[in-house]
Amino acid sequence: MRKLTYIICSLLFIGSQQLTAQTPKGSVLIQNATVLTVSQGTLEDSDVLVEDGIIKKVGKDLSASNNVETIDASGKFLMPGIIDAHSHLALDVVNEATAPITAEVAIADVINPFDVGIYRALAGGTTIAHGLHGSANAIGGQSITMKYRYGTRNPEDIIMKEAPRTIKFALGENPTRVHGRGKNIQPRTRMGVEAVIRNGFNEALQYKKKWKTYNQSKEQKNSKATHPEYNLRLQTLADILDGEIIIHCHSYRADEIYMLINVCRDFGVDKLVFTHVNEGFKVAPELAKYTMGASVFSDWWAYKFEVYYSTAYNAAILTENGVITSINSDSDELIRHLYHEAAKTQRYGGLSDEQALALITINPAKQLGIDEYVGSIEEGKQGDLVIFDHHPLSVYAVPQMTFVDGIKYFDINEDKDDQRLKVSPTEMVEPVYLQVEEESCMHGVELFTEGTTFHHSH
Amino acid sequence: MKKFNLTIYFLILLLLPVLGYGQIEGEVLKPQNGKFLLKGGTVVTVTNGSLENTSILLEDGKIVAIGAELEAGDATVIDCVGQYVYPGMIDSGTRLGLVEVGSLAETQDYAEIGNVTPNMQALTAINPNSVAIPVTRVSGVTTALSVPSGGLFPGTAALINLNGYTPDQMYTGFKGIPMNFPTSARRGRWDRRSDEEIEKDAKESLKNINDIWERAITYMKLEDADASLNYYPEMEQLAKAVRGDLPLLIEVNKAEDILKALEWIKEKEVKKAVLTGVSEGFRVAEKIAAAGIPVITGPVLALPSRSSDRYDAAYSNPGKMQKAGVKVAIRTSDTENVRNLPFNAGFAAAYGMGREEALKAITIVPAEIFGVDDHLGSIEEGKSATVFVSDGDPFETKTQIKHVFIDGYKIPMTSRHIRLYQEFLERSPGLEE
Repeated sequence: MRKLTYIICSLLFIGSQQLTAQTPKGSVLIQNATVLTVSQGTLEDSDVLVEDGIIKKVGKDLSASNNVETIDASGKFLMPGIIDAHSHLALDVVNEATAPITAEVAIADVINPFDVGIYRALAGGTTIAHGLHGSANAIGGQSITMKYRYGTRNPEDIIMKEAPRTIKFALGENPTRVHGRGKNIQPRTRMGVEAVIRNGFNEALQYKKKWKTYNQSKEQKNSKATHPEYNLRLQTLADILDGEIIIHCHSYRADEIYMLINVCRDFGVDKLVFTHVNEGFKVAPELAKYTMGASVFSDWWAYKFEVYYSTAYNAAILTENGVITSINSDSDELIRHLYHEAAKTQRYGGLSDEQALALITINPAKQLGIDEYVGSIEEGKQGDLVIFDHHPLSVYAVPQMTFVDGIKYFDINEDKDDQRLKVSPTEMVEPVYLQVEEESCMHGVELFTEGTTFHHSH
Repeated sequence: MKKFNLTIYFLILLLLPVLGYGQIEGEVLKPQNGKFLLKGGTVVTVTNGSLENTSILLEDGKIVAIGAELEAGDATVIDCVGQYVYPGMIDSGTRLGLVEVGSLAETQDYAEIGNVTPNMQALTAINPNSVAIPVTRVSGVTTALSVPSGGLFPGTAALINLNGYTPDQMYTGFKGIPMNFPTSARRGRWDRRSDEEIEKDAKESLKNINDIWERAITYMKLEDADASLNYYPEMEQLAKAVRGDLPLLIEVNKAEDILKALEWIKEKEVKKAVLTGVSEGFRVAEKIAAAGIPVITGPVLALPSRSSDRYDAAYSNPGKMQKAGVKVAIRTSDTENVRNLPFNAGFAAAYGMGREEALKAITIVPAEIFGVDDHLGSIEEGKSATVFVSDGDPFETKTQIKHVFIDGYKIPMTSRHIRLYQEFLERSPGLEE
């Protein structure tokens, strides 16, 4: 009898674990807002009902059951949660800078849910960010799409499970400096970067072939075939060739962008997004035709030589040429005002409100392969929403509330000064940081770089 | 013979355009000097309110008249109906002109070797032809303080207008000596010193500064007594700060350090001091106000300095200091993106400072701090013709800047960024299979 109680208790415990393992979902009714749907224009004086994390209805005079919180957003603007296609926020480690190809490592292993930067990003309306491996390697590690469910202590809860797999590639100065100049191994030049990637893909083809041969012979009677050695690095490259992983490639110059387009076309890879891509505007027609798009900085340039011949009009040129374009932050600071970064395309290139908003919502969603779930306000999509007091493309716009899956994670009226989840017991006095520019593309590889640390090391 | 000559001349004349075509890539746009009437706009004077339907006349580099019914005479008329005329924006702390490509040592001219090098002149190193200058000025930012950095006394900063072919043509009347106040803060996440080491370093630096200051006082006294002095350019320069001829621009950010700096200023009887950085100014705003020391703060678009701070600590810092009674100017602390100055001011405005005060923080307030308000910082008769015309509020991201005038020169509204846009918006050839 006692045994049975134990068993039942254990089963109940396991069951409850399963339940709590579900990410929390909420319900909310937001009324009378100017709804910037992104996909279906602007709806004046409209309501959005979120039930159990999903947008149930968008329209006028909606009602919800009694236990659902109702928010009057009269005179305010409601837009989809902002998506950052390139970030290193809330990651403990960014670079595995030990080889030109490290496709086997995974950013999912180093998520830090305690980073107060997540809260700051939410306070700026950002609900989803692509947490990327750094740019030290031609082919870096596998990245992760994160939903900013701040408050959880479990890294698993931060992962957006519906998102497809992604991987980081990097061209140009960073991989050539770290490996060629830092360690005297290929690549030292842009030629070398191409060779490293082609060699990797070719090796992956051979690896695939070995397994295919083995799997075929295994079927035969009395087969004595032994399986080839499992290699996670090559298996990951094979998955890229099979179209299971989207490449997000750190790039600056037009020649190297064009190079990777050609390499990918040669290997039949079409899931390719270029990121930073400062000279993307020079090969905009090629980007439009052969890639899933370009994720650019709004105005960064001249911090290193390969971005010297770039322009703040990049996003506008790409957009007008039909490239799926997004604005990324790559910065714990910029991620807090991507709405302002997107608005810069109105000064530099005169994009419309709709075009500018798409740069930080539906377009990054497309680049991450999650546009069926997020990126616009539509019935059936996930309830990631932000309320602003002014139009979000105005410099005077202040985010008021941010929701992820219908749960409110930021409310300017209930905001406490200190939003840390964890206070370090070893720190007697909290450190004060000047010129805080945290996790960047080259974080953790200072040893291989020359000179001092610069403001931008991306 | 005469006829032959004429034929040759005629042929040469005929060929000239062809030769010219072969050599000139495109139209070269240069700043134009002249007499301009900016007609019928809303003139945002900063010091005297906004004047609707008002014209301003620019002549000989000056604003000579402001009024509703100005005669154009022989001036070039620029229609400003429905548009706004503002004084040029002043960025009170940049590296503009001192560096071309951030990561390339060969182009970095903001930090000389040595801990005490106040005699290093930013004005000498400013490159009038830096690509970043046209990129900046077409945004309406016409004036910038170019500041050396690193060490205790890195050099002498200079205020420049963003037009001219020599540093002297750009120089517009203010120099100051930056000093890095010893700090107990960490310089970044990569700063792995222990708390004890930091404390020790800060103490040592302060002792150093005190020694140097004493020496500068001695130098000044000897100089005043007409003593024959050995060549000592560092002290010669610092003596100017002791005497009050040049202000000391004291870079200090952490709250406790700010208080120490205020104490130091008082104790040393520094004649002219300005606090720069001041990212934790909001914590000790009353104390700064009471000391009557002006502040140059920024960037506003920055992270809070402590994890426990409110997320908007940096956005709201200028407004909190200004409301406490501190004279606050805003800087970007940037090089290539000094054009973001109006957006830094816009965020300060949205987070408590208000538009009017934020506009002052990048026009008349820095002009007063730098003592150049006799010719910059507002639209008044007799002041420098350093103004810009926009189709709206210049803080708003959507607004387009239509015309820029610096010291009476009409600035060509182009830059490398704009030229690349013009070339690549519709590339030819386009996509080829």
